Amino acid sequence: MKFFLKSKWIILGGFIFGVLGALAVNCGNPLNMGICVACFLRDIAGALKYHSAAAVQYLRPEIMGIVLGALGSSMIFKEFRPRGGSSPIVRFILGMCVIVGTMVFLGCPTRMTLRLGGGDMSALIGVAGLVVGVLIGVFFLRQGFSLGRAKKMPKAVGYIMPLLMMALLVLLFIKSGALSFSETGPGSQHVNPWLGLGLGLVVGCIVQRTRFCSIGGFRDIFLTRDFYLFAGFVAFLAGVVVANLVAGNFGVGGLVISGIDVNYNVGFFNQPIALPYENTDGIIWSQIVWSFLGFVLVGLAASQMGGCPLRTTVLAGEGDTDAGIGVLGYIAGGALAMNFAIASSAGAAGAIGQNAPIAVIIGLVFCIGIGFTMREDTA
Amino acid sequence: MFEVDALGLACPIPLVRVQKAMASHPGEVLLVKVDGGSAIDHVTRLAESKGYAVKSESKDGEFHLELTPKS
Repeated sequence: MKFFLKSKWIILGGFIFGVLGALAVNCGNPLNMGICVACFLRDIAGALKYHSAAAVQYLRPEIMGIVLGALGSSMIFKEFRPRGGSSPIVRFILGMCVIVGTMVFLGCPTRMTLRLGGGDMSALIGVAGLVVGVLIGVFFLRQGFSLGRAKKMPKAVGYIMPLLMMALLVLLFIKSGALSFSETGPGSQHVNPWLGLGLGLVVGCIVQRTRFCSIGGFRDIFLTRDFYLFAGFVAFLAGVVVANLVAGNFGVGGLVISGIDVNYNVGFFNQPIALPYENTDGIIWSQIVWSFLGFVLVGLAASQMGGCPLRTTVLAGEGDTDAGIGVLGYIAGGALAMNFAIASSAGAAGAIGQNAPIAVIIGLVFCIGIGFTMREDTA
Repeated sequence: MFEVDALGLACPIPLVRVQKAMASHPGEVLLVKVDGGSAIDHVTRLAESKGYAVKSESKDGEFHLELTPKS
């Protein structure tokens, strides 16, 4: 009981986030992708023409909202602290590694949970991979892994990421012809931009105040037996399940807001915007293995960066320029995954990218390499 | 009093440092210096779960957490 009282805000915040994330699909966002930080950053990379995958290009205002919500919240609560200089280039590459892993699995830890809450049991492959990745990360942390100390920076530097996000918002609302916007596929499915921005602002505030972090949730259990962040993660999943049940998103019928009848089925196969894990010959084990290893990479790289993509995006709004570099790494990773046949394709004929195995292996080698070499204050 | 300087260190490194100090200096008062934000919450939760009383004060933009073992 004492634990629940102490964790009430993160439980409430996580639950609200889950409800909003699930219902964003009813309002127009792609199936089981109400808010996926990785997918949305990849879409932004596409809109900016860093990649040319026509189906995933859109300036997702949820991301801008998350950064600006975190900025507002951190300023109100006097937590806006411009800082940076903790191994920026390593963080950039780690950000790329995280997104490579998410693009093989098809979703960041947030979407993994949304998938699970939408009945997609294949998301459990991600959960398993994440746990293994975080365990390896905790091993390195216990050995003294550190990316080094950040220094205080002038206030103006802390505003760079929020200003970048504001610039993207302007480009979105004037529908700039210089950008690419998908006409079909997931990139064309989106909520009203104002609603997306509002959604992001709320999520940014929630995560900034509660410190919600999917990676931290698992990491703290192994590192310090602390279940506070994990409670937020579980509440998030509960929020998704409850919202999907109340909205009637399992099966035909139910809440229709944007003309889409969300029709989830509980099971391992034939799930929306996920890899097919079976075909006429039976289970496709290679796709299960690479989805798992993709999420081992996500768990490890994110543990080394200090948080999941959502948490890092929030920190970027709080003035943490190292997190800002991480977010730029995510965008670069999204472009890399789409340009070089790393990302998986979804649907009945979907498959992992031709170069997914080599990319995941390179990512793991990089993370393990820095895990052994970056120690204590030597960074 | 043993000092843990976790200034400038990002989550979860302050936590790891404090955990190590608790193990290497059992029963001792620990002074933990952090920048603020999640590090304060994280270190406070760890300390309370390990039976330490936590007193915090803000000093020139830094936060000093005094962790005293409860006997």
